[in-house]
Amino acid sequence: MEPVLQIKHLSIDFTRYERGTKRRRLTVIRDLSLEIYPGQVVAVAGASGSGKSLLAHSILDILPHNSHVEGEILYDGTLLTPERIERLRGSEIVLVPQGVSYLDPLMKVGTQLRKGKKDPGTKERYRIALNRYGLGEETEELYPFELSGGMARRVMIASASAESPRLIIADEPTPGLDAGTAGRILGHFRELADEGAGILFITHDLELASEVADRVVVFYAGETIEEARAEDFADVACLRHPYTKALWYAMPKHGFKPVQGSQPYPGQLRSGCHFAGQCETCREECLERETIPLRPYDGGRVRCLYPKEEGQV
Amino acid sequence: MRHRLEFTGKKLFRMGVLLLGVSLVTFLLMCASPLDPLQTNVGQTALGSMSPEQVEKLEAYWGVGIPPAQRYIGWLWDVCHGDFGTSLLYRQPVLEVVGERLANSAGLMFFAWVISGVLGLALGVAAGAFRGRWQDRLIRGYCLVITSTPAFWLAILLLLIFSVWLGWLPIGLAVPAGTDASSVTLADRLAHAVLPALTLGITGVANIALHTREKMVDVMESDYVLFARARGESARSAVLRHGLRNVILPGITLQGASVSEIIGGSVLVEQVFSYPGLGQAAVTAGLGSDMPLLLGITVITAAIVFAGNLAADLVYGAVDPRIRKGAAGR
Ligand SMILES: Nc1ncnc2c1ncn2[C@@H]1O[C@H](COP(=O)(O)OP(=O)(O)OP(=O)(O)O)[C@@H](O)[C@H]1O
Ligand SMILES: [Mg+2]
Repeated sequence: MEPVLQIKHLSIDFTRYERGTKRRRLTVIRDLSLEIYPGQVVAVAGASGSGKSLLAHSILDILPHNSHVEGEILYDGTLLTPERIERLRGSEIVLVPQGVSYLDPLMKVGTQLRKGKKDPGTKERYRIALNRYGLGEETEELYPFELSGGMARRVMIASASAESPRLIIADEPTPGLDAGTAGRILGHFRELADEGAGILFITHDLELASEVADRVVVFYAGETIEEARAEDFADVACLRHPYTKALWYAMPKHGFKPVQGSQPYPGQLRSGCHFAGQCETCREECLERETIPLRPYDGGRVRCLYPKEEGQV
Repeated sequence: MRHRLEFTGKKLFRMGVLLLGVSLVTFLLMCASPLDPLQTNVGQTALGSMSPEQVEKLEAYWGVGIPPAQRYIGWLWDVCHGDFGTSLLYRQPVLEVVGERLANSAGLMFFAWVISGVLGLALGVAAGAFRGRWQDRLIRGYCLVITSTPAFWLAILLLLIFSVWLGWLPIGLAVPAGTDASSVTLADRLAHAVLPALTLGITGVANIALHTREKMVDVMESDYVLFARARGESARSAVLRHGLRNVILPGITLQGASVSEIIGGSVLVEQVFSYPGLGQAAVTAGLGSDMPLLLGITVITAAIVFAGNLAADLVYGAVDPRIRKGAAGR
């Protein structure tokens, strides 16, 4: 079966101007590869600032002005060119954005959702979608500033589910929602996946990722450092990368041990393993290598020279 | 509604204080002026041939010798009773002079204000939407050239082209010279107002367009325009449905503030075109030590500028749902 979405060696960088005319290139995503098959929920988990939202925006071709993208994105096996994505987005490929700032502050919810269409069919479609997440007709008459955080999130999810998408890109869709609502939304994603859609589920919550998704891709400093099956999270010994293991131990049900240190900023990366600064089993070789490749390992993928080593807690 | 009234009341109070300050500063500046009213208006030779009694009479007429504090308070007292005094140069009530001049200037300034607002907004939105492309560079280039050109210089340039070389438009004044008031047609008046209004408008457009462009660039990079695009809205729809809507709000404030720039610009421009408007009267009053007229003009123009800003604030409050609904909820 052909993947709905296939990303090959994606890199994103920004050109920044520093002090007058000095130009600097800042790489925020490096050599990222990922596939989503129909019926699959793939989670991308990573800390704040690791480039998750940019990944979502690069698929939709809505990155900012000063960015530069390399690599290939294929949809249904064919290259996703700017012309093609322009036709597909909002119908076959939909986005659930990260925050309330993605709603036009000066436009009523209903008007905004309908994208300028006024026919009764469209109206009905969005009414049903809003209703599915417990939002009544009166919500359509509200401005974004009159919505609570959770309501805004449900509006954005409704906007995606009112279409009949084949690929849903959901950027942190659940924070700020009560467990019941979040469960209903994730359940709905699951339903859509079972009907054949592919879902890219972006989150910083590894625990949630492993519960909802079929596969979990872990992001660290703009790189994929591990790709695991959801089952692997049942036992820490099945996990491949020391960072994933550290995150596993940080889960509330596994002891709540916070990960020591923080990931390097995009501008401060050195050669060698980028996790070296936080790794407890870092060896000289890890620093000497120019780059650490992402390689298939034990039914998943890992970017580590000595995966599955014990000794980190 | 109550909130809105309270807001307006506060603003009006501030306006009162401001006008008082403006009139006082104008008064003090005039007092400190090195120009002697008698010498400038009567002339050295004429003064020399006058008897001391005549000179004394003249001094009393021009207010020489009265203590400044007494003079200012006297003026203020009269103004509070609706009397702005009599212009010393024109020998007419100040309000009459101002009214006549304002009638000449109002059309000119209004035209320039509307042109600069509408055109400035349109150009700014276009430049922001086409950011970095040739349309943007063209518009920005135009704006930068215009903002760095002094208004009077532009006025002279327009005069040279349209009046001297092409001969399409009259060189100055508000009506043809040497015709009596009854035979002046509307077309005459318009022909005389075109160039001054154009000068003012062209200068104003650049300023508003540049500000609007900055805002438009921000809006086009905002998350909500991003999301609109992600939902399949076309670039056109993103600009017209979301861009324009979000740029109009700051545009209202800008438009209110531009009243002061138009009035300020009109002083110079009317001078160049010998256009008998308010701006020209202000210059005459200032140079001729016509204290009541100058104070009258300053206070009235300051009030107009203030009214422009107040109107912008009120319109903003009525248009922005966050303020409108926030106020209604109180
Ligand atoms: N327009 C931009 N110019 C330069 N750098 C940017 C720009 N947008 C984002 N970045 C940088 O890219 C990195 C990744 O940003 P991104 O928004 O994708 O993070 P994220 O993983 O979604 O984080 P979060 O979980 O907080 O949403 C950040 O370090 C950020 O500083
Ligand atoms: Mg994000």
